Amino acid sequence: MLKELTIVSGKGGTGKTTVTAAFASLVPEKIMTDCDVDAADLHLILQPEILREEKFIGGRMPQMDKSLCTDCGLCQQECRFAAIDYSEERGYHINPFACDNCGLCAFVCPEGAITMVDAVNGAWYISRTPYGKMVHAKLGIGEDNSGKLVTLVRQQAKKLAEEENLSLIINDGPPGIGCPVTAAITGASMVLVVTEPTIAGIHDLERVCELCRHFQLPVLVCINKYSINLVNTQKIRQYCQEREIPVVGEIPFEPQVNQALVARKSVVDFPCGQVSRVVRQLVEEVLARLGK
Amino acid sequence: MIITVASGKGGTGKTTIATNLALSLPAAQYIDCDVEEPNGNLFLRARIDRRLEVGKPLPEIDHQRCTFCGECARACEFNALAVLKKKVMVFPELCHGCGVCSYVCPEKAVGEGEKIIGVAEVGVVPREGEDNLGFVQGILNVGEPMSPPLIKRVKQFAEPEKIVIQDAPPGTSCPVIQTINGSDFCLLVTEPTPFGLNDLELAVGVVRQLGVPFGVIINRSDSGDQEVREYCRREQIPVLLEMPMNRDLAFAYSKGIPYVREVPAAREQFRRLLADIEKELRRC
Repeated sequence: MLKELTIVSGKGGTGKTTVTAAFASLVPEKIMTDCDVDAADLHLILQPEILREEKFIGGRMPQMDKSLCTDCGLCQQECRFAAIDYSEERGYHINPFACDNCGLCAFVCPEGAITMVDAVNGAWYISRTPYGKMVHAKLGIGEDNSGKLVTLVRQQAKKLAEEENLSLIINDGPPGIGCPVTAAITGASMVLVVTEPTIAGIHDLERVCELCRHFQLPVLVCINKYSINLVNTQKIRQYCQEREIPVVGEIPFEPQVNQALVARKSVVDFPCGQVSRVVRQLVEEVLARLGK
Repeated sequence: MIITVASGKGGTGKTTIATNLALSLPAAQYIDCDVEEPNGNLFLRARIDRRLEVGKPLPEIDHQRCTFCGECARACEFNALAVLKKKVMVFPELCHGCGVCSYVCPEKAVGEGEKIIGVAEVGVVPREGEDNLGFVQGILNVGEPMSPPLIKRVKQFAEPEKIVIQDAPPGTSCPVIQTINGSDFCLLVTEPTPFGLNDLELAVGVVRQLGVPFGVIINRSDSGDQEVREYCRREQIPVLLEMPMNRDLAFAYSKGIPYVREVPAAREQFRRLLADIEKELRRC
């Protein structure tokens, strides 16, 4: 049966991608994805060679035909997102950064000067990497619909896994608890939360665990850089114990991890002292819990 | 003046810079716009004076008037409505509160209620011997996917006569745009690694498109490589501050103690940062 593991963190910069890259290196038969579509980083380590590239049409956007516009200003009156600007030289026009693409202006316009057209919000890719195939994406700068793009990446990964007869997908998730995170975890077999023993790390861990509980998803926790604050590490252990969340790995702080990153290597393919060994154990533990 | 502290990549030190900068300035206000994971108050420990629920508009169907014609569902760009034979279903998570459904309904059967998506909190961080630091934060409800309406609301508490420091969420999509839009200056915090550089380039793309003047702060500047500096040189982007890695300060951070509280002399560095921002703004 197809299993899907999503790696998230709540707080950014706790080591999601570092841990994901180790899974990529150590687990043989799987599809990798990067679901952090607005700041994707996994490709920096996996160095994918793109096999297929597709446009991502996330929705529609309004387009104004100024030759039909009479500058009546109704669109500006009705828009709830303050997305219609006015200037002497341009008249009324759409500010794409404020626009929510709801299409109200197109209904409102008495001249039919505004129509809804397909919006290209980014691109998605299927690539070959030294660690197997990968599905990833790039959201256009400042574009909407990141949740939809995440969903698309996961759908494509599932299709690819079926075609290649693979039974495991590993998703590198985005930070936060909003729309792209929800899209990255819903329906996953298991969520691995990578946290750090800082009060911000703990605060965000709690919120992302709550989100997982909201969607009734099994959660595992890994404490990265655990040695920077042992008191906080103990707090995380206790929080997890109270909620019956298994802590499946505790990775020590090690400056060499940064050097591995600079060398664009996974921590299991670069001498990182203790870290390499602990991360190997972590991967084995997670696979066992996934039934792999 | 509104200064937004942003970064493509998470965990580069946005909150560290934003809180320390705010604490170093005499008449300032801190606004946490990272409503998904608001962390500023873990460091600032503000006294909250006001707390209000923030909602987004949500359609309410008058089933007596509704003829189930399906116009509303066809018009909705977000698939937030489904019209069945005898019932209209509204999906609150998908709704953007744009009002298209009530506008197009020929029977005037779509009214509007409100769905609470989070809270905004307003208060002050008491300071001895000087003005209190103004404080605002938004906290998005867990399970609520849409943060922009809450970000918009917390931004309305800005007091522009002060130096307003906005702490942005990570990334480059709608919540980040919602935060940066309308700022006078943007500080992009990065780290000297391939990840830091990749995400900095994305963030630069955002602020350039929005037309907001900006500068870069390199955190953990004594680690990693030279690529970020070379990129900034090539692109003629001012590097306004470099902060070396310091284990004692990292430890203080992990406990929630701001840098300038641990080392008060460091406030000078952040005041200089503001002076440099003002210089940049005069140049543009």
